[in-house]
Amino acid sequence: MPRTASPLADTAPPATAAAKIFNYPRNAWYVAAWDHEVTGKQPLARTIAGVPLALWRNTEGRAVALADACWHRLAPLSKGKILGDELQCPYHGLRYNAAGRCTVMPAQETINPSAVVPSYPVVERYRYVWVWVGDPDLADPTAVPDMHQMDDPAWAGDGETIHADCNYQLILDNLMDLTHEEFVHSSSIGQEELSEAEFDVTHEGNTVTVTRWMRDIDAPPFWLKNMRDRFPGFSGKVDRWQIIKFEAPGTICIDVGVAKAGTGAPEGDRSQGVNGYVMNTITPETDRTSHYFWAFMRNYCLDSQTITTQLRQGVHGVFGEDEEMLRAQQRAIDANPEHEFYSLNIDAGGMWVRQILERMLKAEGRPSSAPAAGQGA
Amino acid sequence: MAVQTQTRWQRARVVEVSDVADGIRRIVLAPEQPEHAAPGTHIDVRIGDGARGVRSYSVVRSEDGGRRLTLSVRLSPTSSGGSAAMHRLQVGDDLTVTGPLQNFPLAVGATRYVLVAGGIGVTALVAMASALRRRGADYNLVLAGRSRAVMAYLDDLVAEHGDRVRVHVDDEGTPLAVDDLIAGIARTPAAEGTELYMCGPIGLMNAISRSWAGHDLPATNLRFETFGSSGRYPAEEFLVRIPDLDREITVAPDTSILDSLEAAGVETLSDCRKGECGLCLAKVVDSTGTIDHRDVFLSESQKERSDRLCLCVSRAVAANSGSGEPAVLSLRLT
Repeated sequence: MPRTASPLADTAPPATAAAKIFNYPRNAWYVAAWDHEVTGKQPLARTIAGVPLALWRNTEGRAVALADACWHRLAPLSKGKILGDELQCPYHGLRYNAAGRCTVMPAQETINPSAVVPSYPVVERYRYVWVWVGDPDLADPTAVPDMHQMDDPAWAGDGETIHADCNYQLILDNLMDLTHEEFVHSSSIGQEELSEAEFDVTHEGNTVTVTRWMRDIDAPPFWLKNMRDRFPGFSGKVDRWQIIKFEAPGTICIDVGVAKAGTGAPEGDRSQGVNGYVMNTITPETDRTSHYFWAFMRNYCLDSQTITTQLRQGVHGVFGEDEEMLRAQQRAIDANPEHEFYSLNIDAGGMWVRQILERMLKAEGRPSSAPAAGQGA
Repeated sequence: MAVQTQTRWQRARVVEVSDVADGIRRIVLAPEQPEHAAPGTHIDVRIGDGARGVRSYSVVRSEDGGRRLTLSVRLSPTSSGGSAAMHRLQVGDDLTVTGPLQNFPLAVGATRYVLVAGGIGVTALVAMASALRRRGADYNLVLAGRSRAVMAYLDDLVAEHGDRVRVHVDDEGTPLAVDDLIAGIARTPAAEGTELYMCGPIGLMNAISRSWAGHDLPATNLRFETFGSSGRYPAEEFLVRIPDLDREITVAPDTSILDSLEAAGVETLSDCRKGECGLCLAKVVDSTGTIDHRDVFLSESQKERSDRLCLCVSRAVAANSGSGEPAVLSLRLT
């Protein structure tokens, strides 16, 4: 018999880490865009943590995030024009600077000193434009999650963005437990040893780490190809690792790789292997949609654009399988409102993530369960 | 950076008092309904009856989600009782106050920030400076005073902000040279993106405004708070005639043309009611006195022409104020 929602759930959703539609913290840095997406040519419209933004660059090259609604009649500024250091509303030509101050009101000789649209704190780091849509006085630029492999010269690679039709927490669940690879990605990176191998979970502050080693196994197709890129003609058993590190609210960097079996990789010598980092950072758009920014970085064959392209395409195919599963899962969740989530032992990493996010939401005075469908943020 | 102007009175208890400079008392309040006070906010304190019994004080510091709000009050030698009453407060006393009110919000995203405090005006800028430091913004804090002894929080601010602070002290022979400061801003590459927030004596603020305009810096980047509108002339009673409606209305010193028209049942159009939006603009057909515009909607040249005014804030004063004859304004409404 399915566990059903309490009769009280309609009026007061229980504050539970297993919420199906998980709320998102606002006092946090989220990736809004890849650096190259934000330009001084035309503004980019993107909704971040429920807040519609117009993203653009001024003549200093600095990325700016303004609320995507003119002070006057709320016309979307993202449909306007960038004129030097100002963004012009497409409707009546009011212009705003990087601080959101109105600088031009075409039909009068003065400017109403109250005319302003919110400008949100922005930090550009690791090839991404990060924004903070919560209380700006809490926005500490040093608190941007670590994704240094993105622009460290010791690493090479590239990535893409998935617009995922699901609550952001479903993606975090997906990445914190990789036993799904055996079933969802059977043709590329899946293998049965994933479910058989034991894993360790640790947590500290706003981070959670899940570590899994699989020793003396056959390399699945994706990893066999990578081994042969570095060690032409390689065959034989490998030791495989997945070290998943979450940093709140939505960044998961996964240290992945394989090395020739028995050459000491588990003890720290990875010289006989290939190492990649799956860089994921998930930004809630609405309760039921997310921006999923990912990249695959590697620390071997750094000069090969061919390998960069092949890896990006390979991961694109793998993540396409996740995207489809996540969309189907969100549909099933919405189609079965009476049913709750159960947990398995493999969810330990994901449940620690939920617990950390719940703590952040509590500090903001907000519940972990998002409002009912359709209400959005 | 929404503007909060809703007034909701509540009780607050005095939990700490201390002196922070000669004649300046620091008062920490614990409000009954705590609410975090963002940089730039003030609270209103009721010290007597009616509108004249209310004083506004900047929140110097908001701690623990607004459970501790720090104010600082200078004992005014010409005090009509407000600052003296505040200085008499003791730990355990109760006060009637509003929650945090915001009409001096700190923007995000300016290229550079300059905060200029004259005397007790520093109270409005302490929290802003801390916020800018935490954000990693490019900012300077300019502190001006008659002597170090009367400059509140001077040592704390120098300790917190280091070489971002510029101190100008009259009796040390280092007074603030306003035009040098503004000329310096105008010379930087970030001039167009620099916001200046100021709080201090009206003479200092007027000097900064003149210099700001003189260096062609964007008017919108000069930020200040006016606690109540101030005109060029004291408010006095005058008459408004509306020939089209065949009406004549008396405007008392403590009310506006707009309020008086509404009270008389004349249909009008208005929005901001503080001289900013220009929606209540009316044509001046004739005037026997001088118009004291008090708005920021009309430009200086439009005010000189004086063929239009804002019903919500503009007033008239008699040409010969000793005669006892009130000014008469004839208006055409839109």
